[in-house]
Amino acid sequence: MENASTLAVAGVFMAVLGIALAGVLAAANRKLYVWEDPRIGEVEDLLPKSNCGACGYAGCRAFAELAVNGEVIPAQCTVSSPDAREAIASLIGVEAGSIERKVARLACGGGRHVAYLRAQYSGLKTCRAAAVVGGGGKECAWGCLGLGDCVTVCKFGALSLNQYGLPVVDADKCTACNDCVEACPKGLFSIEPAANKLWINCKNHADGETAEAACEVACTACGKCVVDAAPDLIRLQNNLAVIDRSLMEKAERSAIDRCATGAIVWFENPNVAIKGKAAYKILRKEALPVLSS
Amino acid sequence: MKISSYIRGEVFERGIHPPAQKLTADLPIRRLPFPPQVVVPVSQHIGKPPRVVVRVGQEVVRGQPLALAEDWLSVPHHAPVTGVVEAIELRPSARGPWTQSIVIRTHPGASQEDLWAQPRDLSTASGQEILQAIWDTGMVGLGGAAFPTHAKLSVPKQAKAHTLVVNGCECEPYLTCDHRLMVEHADDLIAGIHYGLRATGAVRAIIGVENNKPEAIKAIQAAIDRDKLLSSEHEIHVEAVPTKYPQGSEKMLLMALFGVEIAAGALPISLGMVVNNVGTLAALGRLLPRGQGLTERVVTVTGPGVARPGDYRVPIGTPLQFILDTVGAPAESREVILGGPMMGQAAPSLDVPVTKGVSGVLVFRGEDLASRQKRSTYPCIKCGECVESCPMGLNPSQLGMLAAKREYETMGEQYFLGDCFECGCCTYVCPSNIPLVQQFRVAKQVLRERAAS
Repeated sequence: MENASTLAVAGVFMAVLGIALAGVLAAANRKLYVWEDPRIGEVEDLLPKSNCGACGYAGCRAFAELAVNGEVIPAQCTVSSPDAREAIASLIGVEAGSIERKVARLACGGGRHVAYLRAQYSGLKTCRAAAVVGGGGKECAWGCLGLGDCVTVCKFGALSLNQYGLPVVDADKCTACNDCVEACPKGLFSIEPAANKLWINCKNHADGETAEAACEVACTACGKCVVDAAPDLIRLQNNLAVIDRSLMEKAERSAIDRCATGAIVWFENPNVAIKGKAAYKILRKEALPVLSS
Repeated sequence: MKISSYIRGEVFERGIHPPAQKLTADLPIRRLPFPPQVVVPVSQHIGKPPRVVVRVGQEVVRGQPLALAEDWLSVPHHAPVTGVVEAIELRPSARGPWTQSIVIRTHPGASQEDLWAQPRDLSTASGQEILQAIWDTGMVGLGGAAFPTHAKLSVPKQAKAHTLVVNGCECEPYLTCDHRLMVEHADDLIAGIHYGLRATGAVRAIIGVENNKPEAIKAIQAAIDRDKLLSSEHEIHVEAVPTKYPQGSEKMLLMALFGVEIAAGALPISLGMVVNNVGTLAALGRLLPRGQGLTERVVTVTGPGVARPGDYRVPIGTPLQFILDTVGAPAESREVILGGPMMGQAAPSLDVPVTKGVSGVLVFRGEDLASRQKRSTYPCIKCGECVESCPMGLNPSQLGMLAAKREYETMGEQYFLGDCFECGCCTYVCPSNIPLVQQFRVAKQVLRERAAS
């Protein structure tokens, strides 16, 4: 009997305590309630949730908040498909808008088949680690190391190494999120408008002969493209041709025709870069041996 | 501290005992012939590169300034040879990126005497004047870090230095350049210490030498005794410390000598001490009274296949190819390391020159590296060997796992990556052969880049 009454007291006590605490919670829920636009959650659900930062904001949640407040247009999320952007736009009742499509571009054409090695690197197989050890063993100190740090960081599978150990950007998958730009120890990637067709595929600052001795597709700063292109479009700076991006609409395909090394290329579409006729003779099929010193 | 290391008489915690391999310890310092061409990189140290004051085609004599300091952390350079400036252009550097370099073609008929220098009397100079004189020599830390010496010896206004600690540990295997300097140029070293003491205002100097170099300790003691007959201005001691890697790190040496620990991120001056390398001070003792600039340094050239290994006086800017040809390095496939085997760096090309911070040139043949190349990397088994060896008391195992995931911020903020000085003990002991220190080097570089941007 004693046990039963103890149980009853405990049971009643727990029930009363439970009801009291539930009351506290209910009151707190009312009192401390923060109203949040339900659309933020819905917009976030429509976003890719990759938190890639391509939009320039701290993750998809932050972008959703700003989009609902009308501070950014849905098109700013370059990762979303056009359908998703439209869905977001109709949800918040704005125009999806459009922004210039951008892609990552690599400024190096020196794969194993054309660029010489001065030393064999045999350490940790990442570009960053190789770059710390004397620049990584390539004869050209500015060139791509081909160990694929950019491929590792790309969340969208837009990068892959080709058979010559050179990363290739799949412009259809690239979202211009900037991850490869940060990953590359040589700073070879940059985010460029996909519509830009003319591109210098080299970063070598050595003088022409030295550059060509290191890599068959290096820019030798011969100046032919400068002459062939529209005035002021291309200039030579530190032994390298540099394109003035603000004059890009003046770019014409004739600028690449006489480039003997193919260091200047023309993007027929964002995925296909073509070289001038003069460059075809130097393209090799096989990898080159290590240059003995 | 572990009881076992206490019984062995070791004085700082953890660390390792790699095979010493001091093949050249008994060979006297010799002079390397002057190369037909020297390449002097304009930027050889941290800080702003100095301003070049020579032009292409100009004739320079040995010791003439080539570049003058631009700001506090930059130092001047002096012509290492008498000759003609052939070019000022981009040249490959040991670190990788091509840097602006002054190329001088050596005059074959020149006596290569330093005719530029003006001897001067510094016996009554003030500390500030001595600092300026040190700055004018273009001296940087010759132990390997290449930090400008005048900046290291200048005590901040709010602090006061009482002790100059002179680092003669040379704990890296193979290297013997500091050892030979202590044996052969102990008097220069003592003279340099007097300058260092007057520049810092410290009252005593302690030279810490590892106890595997008894003849160096004996030579320094003899020099101190001779010095005492001339002046009793300062108190100079030489102290033997038990041999252990990485004792040559200043924090480890202070632990060994005084049992004090420098707080994370702090400098020895926080405890009133200034640490300098024996090579640096011996060079100062030689250069200052003559008014010369730093045009050469002692470099250990050694390795299993080298025909004439030894410590050589090498003009700054001598290309590696010339050094290897002169000492008779083996022709077969090889790896060349600048500095010691633990903290040194593989040279990417034999065109790169010896700079002020290069203490050793190690040459290995393919067969010496064969066993290393066969080893493959296995996953971390969490044995804790690296934790037991890290002299800074970090957790390399955890850091390594974070590095593999590129969690660099976490490494820096929660696991004190900034205290890692890349001694390589963790990688040396790792039974899974994980390249830990290599990953940390990358992580530190990424963090530096992020902090800068």
